[in-house]
Amino acid sequence: MSTDTQTTPRPEEHPIAPYLRMDRMPHIWCPTCGIGTIVKCFATALGEAEVDLDKTAIVSGIGCTGRVAGYMNLDAFHATHGRAIPFATGLKLGRPELEVVVFSGDGDLSGIGGNHFIHAARRNMDLLVILVNNFIYGMTGGQNAPTTPETARSSTMPFGNFEHPFNLPHLAASCGATFVSRWTCLHIRRLTKCIRTALGRKGFRFIEVIAPCSTLYSRLNRLGSGLDLLKFYHDNSEIKHGADTRELDIAYQDHFICGNFLDEERPTFLEQMHAHYTKTLGDRFMPMKPEGGWIHD
Amino acid sequence: MRNWRIPLDVDKVKVPVGRVVIIADRCKGCAFCVEYCPKDVLVLSEGFNKKGYHPPEVVKNGECVNCNLCEMICPDFAIFCVPEDGAEAAAEGGTN
Amino acid sequence: MKADPAGVLTGVHYLDGDYACGEGAMAAGCRFVAGYPITPSTEVVERISRRFPTMGGTFIQMEDELASMAAVAGGVWTGTKCMTVTSGPGFSLMMENIGLATMMEAPCVVVNVQRGGPSTGLPTMVGQADMMQARWGSHGDYELIALCPQSPQEAFDLTIEAFNLSETWRVPVMFMMDECVGHMTEKVVIPPADEIDIVPRVLTDKKPGEYQPYAVNGRPVPENVRAGDGYRFHTTGLTHDERGYPDMSVGCQEGVHRLIDKIRLNADQIVRYEEEDIEGAEVVVVAYGITARVTRAGIDLARAQGVKVGFMRLIVVWPFPETRIRELAGSIKAFVVPEINYGQMVLEVERCAGGKAPAVLVPHGGGGVHDPEVICKAIVEAAR
Repeated sequence: MSTDTQTTPRPEEHPIAPYLRMDRMPHIWCPTCGIGTIVKCFATALGEAEVDLDKTAIVSGIGCTGRVAGYMNLDAFHATHGRAIPFATGLKLGRPELEVVVFSGDGDLSGIGGNHFIHAARRNMDLLVILVNNFIYGMTGGQNAPTTPETARSSTMPFGNFEHPFNLPHLAASCGATFVSRWTCLHIRRLTKCIRTALGRKGFRFIEVIAPCSTLYSRLNRLGSGLDLLKFYHDNSEIKHGADTRELDIAYQDHFICGNFLDEERPTFLEQMHAHYTKTLGDRFMPMKPEGGWIHD
Repeated sequence: MRNWRIPLDVDKVKVPVGRVVIIADRCKGCAFCVEYCPKDVLVLSEGFNKKGYHPPEVVKNGECVNCNLCEMICPDFAIFCVPEDGAEAAAEGGTN
Repeated sequence: MKADPAGVLTGVHYLDGDYACGEGAMAAGCRFVAGYPITPSTEVVERISRRFPTMGGTFIQMEDELASMAAVAGGVWTGTKCMTVTSGPGFSLMMENIGLATMMEAPCVVVNVQRGGPSTGLPTMVGQADMMQARWGSHGDYELIALCPQSPQEAFDLTIEAFNLSETWRVPVMFMMDECVGHMTEKVVIPPADEIDIVPRVLTDKKPGEYQPYAVNGRPVPENVRAGDGYRFHTTGLTHDERGYPDMSVGCQEGVHRLIDKIRLNADQIVRYEEEDIEGAEVVVVAYGITARVTRAGIDLARAQGVKVGFMRLIVVWPFPETRIRELAGSIKAFVVPEINYGQMVLEVERCAGGKAPAVLVPHGGGGVHDPEVICKAIVEAAR
């Protein structure tokens, strides 16, 4: 079934395998779900950014995207619904040298986890947050999410959604995030580059990635398969770097904007803490070591 | 895409040749690779894999340019490209 | 291991229970605290926020109690000892993530300075009505450990004990103070660091690749690991196998069973109580926290009336000292259980007494402590 000119030995495994827990493949995501593609982009970016994988931790919440941590070959944590960001905060503050990535879904991070999202952004907590937005609560059967566009159907809005959804890049930026982007899972190379760039930055970095949910969002709204949604993204997305985040609302099956909107430097929570205590306590200040607060003989 | 001007170094640049490797049993038949391969090298096969999906197969032998788009877009880590041996040797000679 | 001197404020102090608890945590080696203000517990974190920057600790006031407990559940995986502090309403909010910590086997301490409830209740006044919640508050099957100090000195000493127990059994430990003990100021003696024994976080000596996060090999608890050391481990709140991977099979429910057994089958090593005059007693009074101190006055009054009264003070409240209660039930007339609630630990006493001796509740609403006369009356009645 594959080309086989037999000139070079056939490599047995996918090049991304070292970044994944291959003993758990195949993964649980549906055919034509976009999450796997985003995981591929993330893993590629990890390799290209040359981060120390031993010092990179990933935290996911609950939901389809919440399963990402379980498939990554990193120190991986599957926390409770909505609490990936504070869990990750604990990891980061307990061992500051860790690079902590939060990889979770729209319902998890902006619904139940909304409070934690805005405060971590406000504090410029040094976390990379990759939010997969499929506009629905997929894992639990297709309920309305804070990102579901107006008029879209879901299992708890069977006559169409009448709530106005979040504009996530705007939310993140207005709360204090220093790196804000939006891509779709179709923009594989730009997304990879965006993640790679983000891995080299500090502070609260937020990347929204729009992905198809074939089994719930797409089916409940009769939008076809994930491939049909990818074609929709192809025809209806516009790349507009540096756009004003106020313009980034997403209406139902309508033209939308993606790109890199914000990339600035501001002191992170720990940097501010250190600077402040150095100023106010002088020599008495003893910060936690980057290796963390583990006390041992 | 039609070149309206022939590039000056056209005889120095060698278009890469790639070989597609498909891990058929991991495929879920989503057809992303088939749709987005820039050289239309793939189609969904008639046959089935272990799970009953139609994995892709290469129908245009030798046309793969090792762009790795299929590798990037596949959500199931079931397809990737490697440079074809002959292409590697030619590329080495062809650079700078 | 001995305590890290950076966290030990050696000396003779005049501290309230909240401050003493904070000092105990720092002496025990706690270096990450995530909290949210709630009366009457706020002083614990206020103290910690002031002292932590001088000893390599990090305190963060999170946006709510859910975040605080989640941050603790995460921080534990850096090898750091972690704690959070709250009262009734916050305790309720923390329950889901306490369950996460028990499922992940994350050693940590949760301080609940109890106040009158239910709901917003009596924010500035004493209660002891969260005792059952400490044991049963989160959903699902699990066991954990809870301690109850009766004085600021004990708030210091037992906080260290709480951390030690949490490390030994890899379980969240609930530190059930009450507002009276928390806001009472008394002499607290903090010894030199080399006189304080602490149980450190012991990390596995297995190599990455050999190590499995939940393999026990016959021991009650698995070996600890730290994020950032190259182990690439996975942990989850889902039922999981030895690799920490989610698993829904019947076999993996054995993992949940082990979480229960590690406390239940080792309860004898964990249980702690203090007894006075049990020999030949007709009535045994069982009390904890501030009520224990009031009870002694009540007992003295009853003894003056000729009743032979024994006193059992609960220090480790969960696991409950079932064996001892069962033992005593056969040889006494009754148990008397005064508590600042309408009947919580008395239910355990009654259950364990197995009908051999009645367990008489002396309730008290939140907001104040018992009148020793009332306790005396109950003891005298029970002795008849």
